[in-house]
Amino acid sequence: MKVDIVNLTKKFGGIIAVDSINLDIKDGEFVAFLGPSGCGKTTTLLMIAGIYKPTDGDILFDGKRVNNFPPKDRDIGMVFQSYALYPHMSVFQNLTYPLLIKKRPREEMKKEAQRVADMMGIGHLLKRRPGQLSGGQQQRVALGRALIKKPRLLLFDEPLSNLDARLRISMRGEIKKLQKDLGITSIYVTHDQIEALTMADRIAVIKDGVLQAYTDPEDLHDRPKTLFIAEFIGNPPMNLFDVEIKSEAGRVYANLGNGARLAIPESRKLKKLVEGKVKMGIRPQDIHAGSEDGISTEIALVEPMGRDDLIVSKVGNAEVHFLVDPIMKLRMGDRIKLRFDMEKSQFFDIKTELSLLWD
Amino acid sequence: MRFKIFFSRFVPYLLLIVVTLPIIIGYVWILISTFSTRTYGLLPVDKAGRPGGWTLSNWSFLSKPEIWMVTSNTFILASGLTIGVVVVSMMAGYALSRIKFPGRKAFLSLTLILHAFPTVTLLIAIYFVLRWISVIPVLGRGLPIIGGFGYNTLGGVILVSLALQLPLGIWLMKGFFDNVSWDMERAALIDGCSRFRTWREVMVPQIRPGIAALSIFSFIQGWGSFIIPYSYMVNANRATIATYLNNLLSETAPTNYSMVAAVGLFQLLPVLVFYIFTQKYLLSIFAGGVKGAA
Repeated sequence: MKVDIVNLTKKFGGIIAVDSINLDIKDGEFVAFLGPSGCGKTTTLLMIAGIYKPTDGDILFDGKRVNNFPPKDRDIGMVFQSYALYPHMSVFQNLTYPLLIKKRPREEMKKEAQRVADMMGIGHLLKRRPGQLSGGQQQRVALGRALIKKPRLLLFDEPLSNLDARLRISMRGEIKKLQKDLGITSIYVTHDQIEALTMADRIAVIKDGVLQAYTDPEDLHDRPKTLFIAEFIGNPPMNLFDVEIKSEAGRVYANLGNGARLAIPESRKLKKLVEGKVKMGIRPQDIHAGSEDGISTEIALVEPMGRDDLIVSKVGNAEVHFLVDPIMKLRMGDRIKLRFDMEKSQFFDIKTELSLLWD
Repeated sequence: MRFKIFFSRFVPYLLLIVVTLPIIIGYVWILISTFSTRTYGLLPVDKAGRPGGWTLSNWSFLSKPEIWMVTSNTFILASGLTIGVVVVSMMAGYALSRIKFPGRKAFLSLTLILHAFPTVTLLIAIYFVLRWISVIPVLGRGLPIIGGFGYNTLGGVILVSLALQLPLGIWLMKGFFDNVSWDMERAALIDGCSRFRTWREVMVPQIRPGIAALSIFSFIQGWGSFIIPYSYMVNANRATIATYLNNLLSETAPTNYSMVAAVGLFQLLPVLVFYIFTQKYLLSIFAGGVKGAA
């Protein structure tokens, strides 16, 4: 099912929770709503589900306006963070509750419950109560309950947040595979950027109720349109520091202060040639240590992260984070030379916080 | 060290025993005196004051049809009150917990204020209200079992008790509903339930401990209520055990305290039995959770 969201707005009293969001979701697409908690992503989802009524704007399912449809007429399934299973019913009753409401015959309920339970790997648990299941099993039941009525749209509200890290990774893969196999249009709300980046076809980044970007994961990571996205996406987070842009003998430099400066390559030519202060961003993995030439610096802190060591040091006036191979055995106080891969650098206007490179 | 353990263990018990002793002695006296002609302290004595004098004559009231009439009345009052309080509180509590409507906050504080009113201050005003209800055909005094909702009917007494009990019930049910997750309700709506069906099939089962507690509480309240039936029922045969007991105190001179004790014990017994079997639900009022629901 195709979903269109047009100027969708929700106000609670005087507070604007969602501020005229526009989105289109293609049939069979997996879209993630990503943002910090309280940014309006769940509110948007609940409006799509029909739990909240929009203050303004429209929600279209296959071109049909559904603003005033109650949830039961929207043909959707939803999975909640808290699982929201019915504790007084068995797993079988939980799974088949949507069918019971639709007054389907008992045989069909049995058959469908078995089908969904086998798909989710919970076939042996049908007689148990939710309270007797582990978190991961409960989440599978919740997913099964959402799928059993073959909805045309699946909604996920941070479904993996309550699971432990290991289970989260395996469930991530399972949900993505299931979604692709069944081809159900899906919206997945999360504050975890890794979940969004790994699972979604497209990501809608929301901040303070405003849509910041709506694009595919790669674009979001490599071409952040706002400072917020640059800060929010990527792990470890992008280095951001104030630099001064200066032209000298036909070349453009970014001054980090204290005499440290970096040449900006042709590929990163700023939209408007600003002279003066801008925000520069560069990801930790794009700063290379141990080269022959480059900017010399002293290591202030070493944080072993397993595969890499995260190093903190000072360049000019800015604190720089970068990754090195643990084999280098760098220690606090060591001096090292850094090479910045300026082909991967980002620039933002300090006032508007918009990218100076991408529209 | 052992001394310390002794103190931390036994001193609290000792204190509790001392504090509860007067009450316990009271109950023991009631039990003994119902089977004796007279008592001298806790000692049963006969008419001449010699120890002995065990008798069953105090329980002779059980053979009168009157007592069974008032018992059934008391039972109807307590059950009617319970059903009314639970049904109205469940619905009102849900609405106040989940639905936003104008005047919701004002309503909540108003019910609290109503609850704070001593019943006695309202007696005369309610008397007039019941008199007015009496004039309504059928509803006033023409109903079976409860007689109607007017003055001097069992239904009227239930109605008044219900009104006075509702603030507590509504607040209690609201509190229990507040603790049920929104997600569960949303899941039911998305699964295809109507609002009413969500309430009935998904929400209400979650607050069963609360419903049980409120039922027991209301039943005990109705069973022991005195001032309302005493004020609004004039015929002795329509009254409750509590008013019957009161009658016994004022009617017979000199008062036969052993018989009063026997009737009192008779009234107490069902409550005690009830309490023993249901106290774990009553405790959940104070715990206030839905944990036991699963």
